[in-house]
Amino acid sequence: MNNFGYKQAEDTREAISLIEHNETAKFVAGGTNLIDLWKYNIANPSQLIDINHLAELSEIKTLEHGGLRLGAGVKNADTAYHPVVEHQYPLLSKAILAGASAQIRNMASNGGNLLQRTRCYYFYDAEVPCNKRIPGSGCPAKDGYNRIHAILGTSEHCIAVFPSDMCVALAALDAVVNITGPTGNRSIAFADFHRLPDNRPDLDNNLKKDELITSIDLPEKGFAANYAYLKLRDRHSYAFALVSVATALELKGNTIEDVKIALGGVAHKPWRSTEAEEFLKGKAANAENFSIAADLILQGAKGFGYNEFKIKLAKKAIIRNGLMALNPESQLPGAQPSA
Amino acid sequence: MELNKTVGKSISRLEGKLKVTGAAKYAAEYKVDDLLHGYVVSSPVTKGKITKIDTSRAMAIPGVIEVLSHENRPKLAWFDLQYMDMDAPPGTVFKPLYDENILYNGQPIALVVARDFETARYASAQIDFEFEEEIFQTCLEDNLDKARPAKKGFATALKPPPPPPTGEFETAFANAAVKVESEFQHGTEHHNPIELFATTTVYEGKGKLTIYDKTQGTINNQLFVANIFGLRYKNVRVLAPFVGGAFGSGLRPQYQLFLCVMAALHLKQNVRVVLDRKQMFSFSHRPPAIQKMRFASDMNGRLTALGHEVVAETSNFEDYTEPTASWSHRLYPAPNTLFKHKIVPLDVYTPMDMRAPGGSTALHAIECTMDELSYKLKIDPLELRLINYSDVDQASKKPYTSKALRECYLQAAEKFGWKDRNPEPRSMKRGNKLVGYGMATGIWDAYQFPARVQLMMNSDGLLVVNNATTDIGTGTLTVMTQIAADELGLSLENVDFRYGDSKKPFSMFQGGSAITSSTGVAIVVAARALRKKLLKKAAEMNSSPFKKAGDEDVFFESGNMHLKKDPAVMISLKDIIAFNKGIPIKTTNMGKPHMLKLRKYSLATHSASFVEVEVDQDVGTVTVTRAVTAVAAGKIINPKTARSQILGSMIWGVSKALHEETIMDAKLGKYMNANLGEYHIPVHADIGELDVIFADEKDELINELGTKGVGEIGLVGMPAAISNAIFHATGKRIYKLPIHFDELI
Ligand SMILES: Cc1cc2nc3c(=O)[nH]c(=O)nc-3n(C[C@H](O)[C@H](O)[C@H](O)COP(=O)(O)OP(=O)(O)OC[C@H]3O[C@@H](n4cnc5c(N)ncnc54)[C@H](O)[C@@H]3O)c2cc1C
Repeated sequence: MNNFGYKQAEDTREAISLIEHNETAKFVAGGTNLIDLWKYNIANPSQLIDINHLAELSEIKTLEHGGLRLGAGVKNADTAYHPVVEHQYPLLSKAILAGASAQIRNMASNGGNLLQRTRCYYFYDAEVPCNKRIPGSGCPAKDGYNRIHAILGTSEHCIAVFPSDMCVALAALDAVVNITGPTGNRSIAFADFHRLPDNRPDLDNNLKKDELITSIDLPEKGFAANYAYLKLRDRHSYAFALVSVATALELKGNTIEDVKIALGGVAHKPWRSTEAEEFLKGKAANAENFSIAADLILQGAKGFGYNEFKIKLAKKAIIRNGLMALNPESQLPGAQPSA
Repeated sequence: MELNKTVGKSISRLEGKLKVTGAAKYAAEYKVDDLLHGYVVSSPVTKGKITKIDTSRAMAIPGVIEVLSHENRPKLAWFDLQYMDMDAPPGTVFKPLYDENILYNGQPIALVVARDFETARYASAQIDFEFEEEIFQTCLEDNLDKARPAKKGFATALKPPPPPPTGEFETAFANAAVKVESEFQHGTEHHNPIELFATTTVYEGKGKLTIYDKTQGTINNQLFVANIFGLRYKNVRVLAPFVGGAFGSGLRPQYQLFLCVMAALHLKQNVRVVLDRKQMFSFSHRPPAIQKMRFASDMNGRLTALGHEVVAETSNFEDYTEPTASWSHRLYPAPNTLFKHKIVPLDVYTPMDMRAPGGSTALHAIECTMDELSYKLKIDPLELRLINYSDVDQASKKPYTSKALRECYLQAAEKFGWKDRNPEPRSMKRGNKLVGYGMATGIWDAYQFPARVQLMMNSDGLLVVNNATTDIGTGTLTVMTQIAADELGLSLENVDFRYGDSKKPFSMFQGGSAITSSTGVAIVVAARALRKKLLKKAAEMNSSPFKKAGDEDVFFESGNMHLKKDPAVMISLKDIIAFNKGIPIKTTNMGKPHMLKLRKYSLATHSASFVEVEVDQDVGTVTVTRAVTAVAAGKIINPKTARSQILGSMIWGVSKALHEETIMDAKLGKYMNANLGEYHIPVHADIGELDVIFADEKDELINELGTKGVGEIGLVGMPAAISNAIFHATGKRIYKLPIHFDELI
């Protein structure tokens, strides 16, 4: 861990100008990911720009045309327990509460959650090669211990997984990420925010170095009647997902009018399949159809040895979660499968 | 007279408030003036040589005092013998910063000393090393051809090699009516106590050191330091009044102690060295093991052959072994046996005892094999254990001093509701969950080490009890206070047990569930002597009614000594000391096992664990919904602290069965999940209802207290009980721990 400068930004404009002029500066929000990376010599910022006090980032408010704006600086816990989120977007609330621990959720910010880095063991160990850390150095995960790694959208350079739970729900809900930067404001659809590794695994997402996330917008439709978030992991709490599924359904009787399914723990970004969702529309919400959808979602899935099981597990999880979405009350706490 | 006794009562731990309020100080927390901070540099290379060290960048950082490596370290004792500790396995002890050779990944290769911790840590990344790397081997499975028996040495006494074969195992097994053959795999586990290993060395001058250390053995570490650095024993004082867990990792001095003392002596200053969590994975661990099991029985379920062959990892410099192979014979009679324990030396650090070493690994394989056999025989698993029940330890052919295992089986089965079990796998369901019931037996040695205790009765009526043992969180302080209070008829407030200090009379390290019997018995022996002295002194008083009284004629209660035949005749202990001109009356005595008498017996604790699991029928997630463990461990001094020990070890069982594994990447030769985020141990959500029963077990042979120790016995049966319950729920036998839920789909 190196010596560094520290500055509290007064407003977003100052935050941007500070980062614009220092190549090795970093924003810090909750610090729950950045400080860990720093201690392991993976991040080495020369300057910390503290964005915790920025008023523009700290609100949750309803939008004029419907929908909800989540400030990037709002804590994960405050977001999950916000009455509108609990009521109108329970899928998001459940997904956030399935992540990390109460202490970490109290510190973690919404913006930071989108930007947390992979938990790949090899990425986290500065002494071993990793294309995400040092492009071109190699990927020992491919033929190493890859139980937690990706089965979809991998490249020969990287099989890391994006580990967030919150983002799986945000992807399913078609959220939009609002950004400000030196050249002004812009918005990115959630599906386009995170990247696949391709030949640039060092880039997790499409945010530029000198841009700041200000908020995340949720569209009006929150799928509050039929939803479920299932998180499968090696212990019942405080572990990252091996496979997670966010399912949001709009039903007429037992017929699916609208559907969104996003997977976590399987790729470099929350995974969705338009083909599968299109298939389900107009169909009965039953195991058979969810099974066909699962096959469509998992088309091209590929294991690397230790993570081979994820293909079968993901399929089971998609079907089960679809059925759980029919009766959200059936789910056990901690995003576990229903009793 | 029994009214005021505290032994046998549930008493909350006396230091509880200090611990929960943060007032209890641990090794890294002592405020010391002019303290320098050391940070350890760990080798990124698994095997090879350091060819160059350039410390100029680090030394140029303001606040950096020194970088010590093999190139500039002070001269040290060079006899291997002088690096030996009480728990060293046969071989060549690892010597930090000894030379340029790197023996394992994460090995300490330098110590940066700076004015503050942050500077030392920063500077540790500014040292330029060059290495010559060599090919290494870190995978047990890939190196089975190197398996060989362990060398013998000092530590062999506590961990004897397996007994020679009996009968005609191969023939008996080949011709057996019913048999099971299987192979079990266990991975590496690290102890991971919450308290990081740390040492604070106070440099007192004139070759004197006061050392606050995280350890399970103050005297062990005192001798280690004195021997290596050529100091006089009496000038080295090691203190460890509070220990934030250790689970075996503190049985040997760890390298931060060595480095900290070396830096303090070299710089003639106070120094602290604290390891970080990743470095907690750079020394001792439970070794990975492969166990080949071959059990056979006749048609009625009587065991005819027991075969248990173990291959486990060790380092390339020491031959570590665990007691594994012969446990089955200590439980079950069989005329034909074959037990083997071999080790494979790899480029890793030497493994070390971790809670119930050997026992927890072995009993998993043994009790799963028994379960499998019960299915082949179509005999209830509990019934099969009862058919093969024996009051004689078949491995040594000696009777147990006591063995209430049958009571454990029956009481736990009753409480659990074992009779409601439908033996058919996958037959019991609850909604989306497959329900499984499993059971297993546990056994563990009942050790007692020699220990010395000083008792001192003071003028204010306070009894001071001195012994060097630690309290690693087990409740030692509380139970020793109880024992001493009862022996002298005092209330708990009038007893002050002083411990965790190498200056106090001798105690072995705190391991093997032995300390209650070791220090506890020494207190009983010393109390006998102290009562004699008090009586003698009282008899010296003018017209004393105690003049003619012998030891048997008096009793001690509420701070007084009474005549048995006329309890109204009494004198307060304070008055006796006042008569002694206020000078405390003291005695120092040794408690030791009655070797001669006990040679004819086998000494062990026993347990029976019954477990219910739920397995999701679609996605395989496993929950241990409830478990009952009944324990037979002789007299229970304090049911509350003992219950906590058993609960803690039952949770270890859940952990071993379902969660814990250190992942070795054999291509890189290093552990990949060296942090508590990725090294999983159970969280609250993983733990269901746990129930503990202590079976009544009177043992008048084993020692003066009738105690056997409860630190480890609660763990040994659990992993097998869980595995067996999972088999019952799903019909799948998983032979590798931890069981990953995806294997159950
Ligand atoms: C042990 C552990 C377990 C965890 N388990 C889970 C889990 O199960 N599921 C899960 O989803 N998460 C989990 N997490 C991750 C946790 O959710 C993230 O660490 C957290 O969301 C990050 O938020 P933060 O505010 O602390 O980010 P920080 O650490 O402050 O920042 C992270 C990165 O984002 C940048 N940044 C922060 N805010 C902004 C902004 N507004 N604009 C631009 N850049 C910004 C920072 O510069 C930094 O690079 C776990 C974390 C830990 C430590």
